[in-house]
Amino acid sequence: MSTGVMGPGRAGVEAKTLRQDRWWLAPLTTFVVFTAFVVYATWRAFSGEHYYASPYLSPFYSPCLTDSCVEGSSDFGQPFSWWQLSPALIILVFPLGFRMTCYYYRKAYYRAFWLSPPACAVAEPHGKYTGETRLPLILQNLHRYFWYAAILVTSILTFDAILAFRDEDHQWGHMGLGTVIFVINVALLWLYTLSCHSCRHAVGGRLRHFSKHPIRYKVWTWVSKINKDHARYAWLSLFSVAIADIYVYLLSSGAFEDPRFF
Amino acid sequence: MSYELRMRLWRGDASGGALGDFTVVVEEGEVVLDAIHRIQATQAGDLAVRWNCKAGKCGSCSAEINGRPRLMCMTRLADFEESETITVTPMRAFPVIRDLVTDVSFNYEKAKQVPAFAPTPRDADGKRRMQQVDVERGQEFRKCIECFLCQNTCHVVRDHEDNKAAFAGPRFFLRYAELDMHPLDTNDRRKLSQDAAGLGMCNITKCCTEVCPENIKITDNAIIPMKERVADRKFDPVTWLGSKIMRRSDTAQREEV
Amino acid sequence: MTGNVMGSDVPSEPHGFEEHSYDVVVIGAGGAGLRAAIAAQDAGAKTAIVCKSLLGKAHTVMAEGGIAAAMGNVYPDDNWQVHFRDTMRGGKMLNNWRMAQLHAQEAPERVLELEEWGALFDRTDDGLISQRDFGGHRFARLAHVGDRTGLEMIRTLQQRAVAQGIDVFMECTITELFKTAPGDGNRISGAFGYWRESGRFIVFHAPCMVLATGGIGKSYQVTSNSWEYTGDGHALAMRTGASLINMEFVQFHPTGMVWPPSVKGILVTESVRGDGGVLRNSDGKRFMFDYIPEFFKSETADNEAEADRWYDDKSNNRRPPELLPRDEVARAINSEIKAGRGSPHGGVFLDIASRRTPEFIMRRLPSMYHQFKELADVDITAEPMEIGPTCHYVMGGVEVDPDTGASKITGLYAAGEVAGGMHGSNRLGGNSLSDLLVFGCRAGLNAAYLAHQSRGGQRPRVDGAEVRAAAKRALAPFERAGGENPYTIQHDLQDVMQRLVGIIRNADELAASLKEIDALKERAKNLTVEGHRQYNPGWHLALDIVNMLTVSECIATAALERQESRGGHTRDDFPATDDSWGTRNLVLTLPDGSDGKVHLEHQPLPAMPDDLKKLFETLT
Repeated sequence: MSTGVMGPGRAGVEAKTLRQDRWWLAPLTTFVVFTAFVVYATWRAFSGEHYYASPYLSPFYSPCLTDSCVEGSSDFGQPFSWWQLSPALIILVFPLGFRMTCYYYRKAYYRAFWLSPPACAVAEPHGKYTGETRLPLILQNLHRYFWYAAILVTSILTFDAILAFRDEDHQWGHMGLGTVIFVINVALLWLYTLSCHSCRHAVGGRLRHFSKHPIRYKVWTWVSKINKDHARYAWLSLFSVAIADIYVYLLSSGAFEDPRFF
Repeated sequence: MSYELRMRLWRGDASGGALGDFTVVVEEGEVVLDAIHRIQATQAGDLAVRWNCKAGKCGSCSAEINGRPRLMCMTRLADFEESETITVTPMRAFPVIRDLVTDVSFNYEKAKQVPAFAPTPRDADGKRRMQQVDVERGQEFRKCIECFLCQNTCHVVRDHEDNKAAFAGPRFFLRYAELDMHPLDTNDRRKLSQDAAGLGMCNITKCCTEVCPENIKITDNAIIPMKERVADRKFDPVTWLGSKIMRRSDTAQREEV
Repeated sequence: MTGNVMGSDVPSEPHGFEEHSYDVVVIGAGGAGLRAAIAAQDAGAKTAIVCKSLLGKAHTVMAEGGIAAAMGNVYPDDNWQVHFRDTMRGGKMLNNWRMAQLHAQEAPERVLELEEWGALFDRTDDGLISQRDFGGHRFARLAHVGDRTGLEMIRTLQQRAVAQGIDVFMECTITELFKTAPGDGNRISGAFGYWRESGRFIVFHAPCMVLATGGIGKSYQVTSNSWEYTGDGHALAMRTGASLINMEFVQFHPTGMVWPPSVKGILVTESVRGDGGVLRNSDGKRFMFDYIPEFFKSETADNEAEADRWYDDKSNNRRPPELLPRDEVARAINSEIKAGRGSPHGGVFLDIASRRTPEFIMRRLPSMYHQFKELADVDITAEPMEIGPTCHYVMGGVEVDPDTGASKITGLYAAGEVAGGMHGSNRLGGNSLSDLLVFGCRAGLNAAYLAHQSRGGQRPRVDGAEVRAAAKRALAPFERAGGENPYTIQHDLQDVMQRLVGIIRNADELAASLKEIDALKERAKNLTVEGHRQYNPGWHLALDIVNMLTVSECIATAALERQESRGGHTRDDFPATDDSWGTRNLVLTLPDGSDGKVHLEHQPLPAMPDDLKKLFETLT
C-alpha cells in the first residue's frame, strides 16, 4: 500500500493497526449472520413452496400476486398472472432495496463485507476509494423511494397480521402462536421503518424552522427518539421476518402444528 | 497507590521513527498525558507533544492510544490494567512533525473553503430573534472542540491520501450541517457540500461518531441529514420540483453558493 | 514556512531569516487577539495573527459561564449604568473608571456582533439571547451557550477571521519586540520569534503590535490556566519600556477541582452557583452566610429562605452569598479549609445535586457533568463536587490608554487579560469575555489607524544587528551543557508562588519569595536543553521561563508594597481595606540599565467624573 497509514510523511508504524481489543468480532458477526440470512432468504424465495398455511402467509410472499399462488394466499388478486418464477421475487425487491440502501445496513455491510474499513482505525485493504459518488453506489441516494415502498409493504404485512386473527377456515376471532409471531414481526417492522433516517428527514428534519411547524417538530422529536435505536430494530426485524417465514414453513410442511389459543 | 507504568511512545519525524520503551511512576487518578508529562520532565526533555488545557476542552492532545484515536488528557490510566503496556503514537492520518505531534494543516485548509455565515438583516430594534428549538441542532455541532480525531479516523483520508483534495471530512460536514440548519442563514450550501466538500465520499461507517470526545452524533445528526438534504436538491426530482413551485417560507431567502 | 501558516504573504529573507511585513501584528489568538485582528483587518490594515498554539485552542476556549453585557433581554431594568456600577464595586473601586464605562456601554453591541458572525447563544422564550446570573452582577446578564461560552466565542471569532482572510501564524512564539532608537521615535518596529514546529526563526516588520497574550497563571502550581499562560505579553511590554499596573491583584477562582491530583485546579464554572449550587463544609453547613462583608451587606441575603427565593424573584430578594464576588468566596473557602471543616481531599463541597433536577443540570451544565464524570468519576447530578480555590486570572497588566488600548510605547497596544486597569482589584465573572471583545476591538481599530497614519512616511525599520542578537539569545540554552533543567526551574517557581504569594499573603513571606525568585533568576541564566530545535518543548519552556520569572517578581514586589487587603490581594498583616490605598495604582517598569530588576512607583488613580459618581448614590 503506497498511500494511507503506510504512506510517506505519516508516522512510521509497521502495524496496520495497534488496536488490541477484539475489533474483528463485530464485523465477523455481521458477516456470518447476514450471509446466513441471504442464503436462507434466497432458498426460500426461489423455492416457491410452503409459504402459506392458512391463515398465515409468509412475509416473503406477501402480497402474493401471480396465478401460481396457492389458494387463499392472494388477498390482492393476481395481476401478475404472466409471471413464471416464484411469486416472492416480485415483491422481495422492495424490502431488499430498502434494507440495502438503509443507512444502518450500509455501515454494517461496508464494514463486514467490503472491509471499508473493517473497524475504526484499522487500515482497509483497498488501494482506491470513491465512496458513494458514482454508479452503482450513488443509487444509495434513492433510499427515500424504497422507504415509501417499505411503508406500503409493511402496511400489507400489517393487514396479514390482522388476517392472522382468523382460524384455518377464515373465521374471525381466533388466535394462535402464529398470530403472536406475526404481530411482533409487524411491530418490529414498523419500528424499523419509522425509525429510518429518511423518515426522520421527511417528517421534519428538512425544516430550518421547527418553531414554525410545531406538529412536524413533535413528530420529528418522536422519530429522532426511535432513530437512535434504528440499528437494533434493523437486526430484530430481520430476525422476526425470518422467524415468521420459518414458522409458516414448518406449519405448511407439516413439521409443526400451530398451537391455537382460542 | 503509585505504580510503575510501562509505556511505548512513538518517537521520530517524517524521515522515520520507532516505538521507544519508557517506565514511569504514575499516581492514582492520572491520565495518559500526566504520564507523558512526567517522562518529558524527567527522562526526555525534548519529547514533542501538543497540549493546552488538559481538561478535554481545547482538543489539542489528540493521539492514538493502543491504536485507538483518543484525547490523551481524557484517557484515564485506571481504564488499563497496571501490568498493561500503553502504546501511544501520533495520529496516523496526518503527516508527522515530530514524536506525538502531527501537521494538522489539512483541517485549517478545509476550514477556509467553507463559505461564511450570511445572516438575514437584524430586526427593527437591532436584535435578532431565533427560537431555542431552531438553534439546538446547530448547538450540538458547535460543541466541536476541533480535536480532529474524526478527521484522523475517517478511512476516506486516513487510508487514501489522494482523497484529501476532494474530501472535507466529518468535522466540516458538521459545519455544513450547522449552517444549513441555521434559521437565519441565506446561503444554500447543499450542492457545494456534495460537490466540493465530498459528502458523497462518506460511506457512513460511523467511525467519526465513535471517536468523538464530545459525543456529537456526527453521522446521525449531521452527515445523514446533510445527505438527505443533498438528495432533496440533487437526487429527488419530486421534492426539488415541489420546493420550486411552492416556494415555501422555510427555504425562501436562500441563494445557492 | 511551515504547514502552520494560513496566509498569502510571501516572505523575504534579507537577514537570513523568514521575514514578513504587516501593518498590524496581533500576538495571541484568544478572544482579544482575534477581535483585534478582525477590527484591524476590517479597517483596512494588512493584519497578521501570531499565536503559540493552533488557531482555536487559546485559553478563551476554557471560559464557561458567559459574556456579561447589559442587553436587558431577561431584566429590562438592566442597563450600562448598573453594569458599570457592579464592575466598579466588584473591583473595589480601583478600576480605571473610563475602561469600566466603555466596557459596560459597548459589550451589548459586541455580543450582537458575534451573533452576526454565526454564534448560537441560548435563547429566551421571545427568541432573544438568554442571560444568566453570576456573582456580583445585579441582574441576570451573561449571554451564554450552556457552559461552553468561551468555545462558542473563540470558534465564532476564528471563523470570522478565516473568512476575512487574515494571515495566521500558528505555533509561532514571539520572544522579542523591536523598536526604533530613542532618537528616532522610540516606537515599535517589529518582532522576533520562532516556529515551534521547525525551530526556525521569523521576523515581523510592523509599525503596530497588539499584545493579546492572556495571563500568568502557569507561575502557580494550582491553576485553571493552560501552559500558554506564561505572561509573555506582560514581560515583552516591560522589556520594550511599557509599564504594568495592578500586578498584586491575582484572582483565585473559588471553585477549581481538587481531586484527583492530576486535575487539581481545573475550573468548575461559577454557573453552578448561578444556577442554584451552594457551598457546604464538612458539617453540611451553608457557610457563606458567615462571610458576608460589610461592603456587600445591603445586597446579600442573610438567610437561606431569602437566598433561595432570589433565583425566581430578583426584584424582592437579595442575592445568595454564594454569588458574592470571587475574592470573597475564595477567601471564605480558604478559611473553612484552614479551620478543619474541609472535604476529604482538602476542598469544600459544591452541591447542586440536592437542589436541582438531573435534567436541569444536564441541560444547563453539560460540560461540567462530562468533566466530573470523565475525570473524577463523580456524577454531579447525584453527589456534591469537591472544590477549592485555583489561580484563575491576573487583574494586573499593561498600563493602557482606556480609549485606544495604547501603551506608553508608540505602536504597542494591549487588550484582554494582558492589559490592566479594567477590573481594578477583582474581576467579576463574565466580565472577562466582554473585556476581550470591547477592548480587543478598540485596540485593533486604533492600531490600524496608527498604521494608516504612518503609511505615507518612512516605516520604522528593524535593525539587523538586533535581530542577530535576538537569535543568539534564543539559542543560548543549546550552547550550554550540564546546566539547569527548565522543567525543574518551572516546578520550583510554581512552588514559591503557591507557597508565598498565594491567596493570603504577609510581608515576611513576600520578602522571602522575592529572594527565592532572585535565586531562580540566577539559576535560569544557566539553562540547558537537550535535543534539537524542531518541536522541542524543553527549549520552548526555557524561553518562556524568563517571562514567568519577570511577572512573578512583579506580583511579589507589588504585593509587598500594598499594605492593605483589597479584592484579589489579601494581607493577613494588613487585613483591612485602607482608603488611602484606594486611590493609588502601583506601576512596575524595567528601566534601562536595571539589569532585569523590577522598578515600582505609586501613581494616583484617574478620578471619576461627578456624573458617574452619582450612579453609586442613586442606583440600588
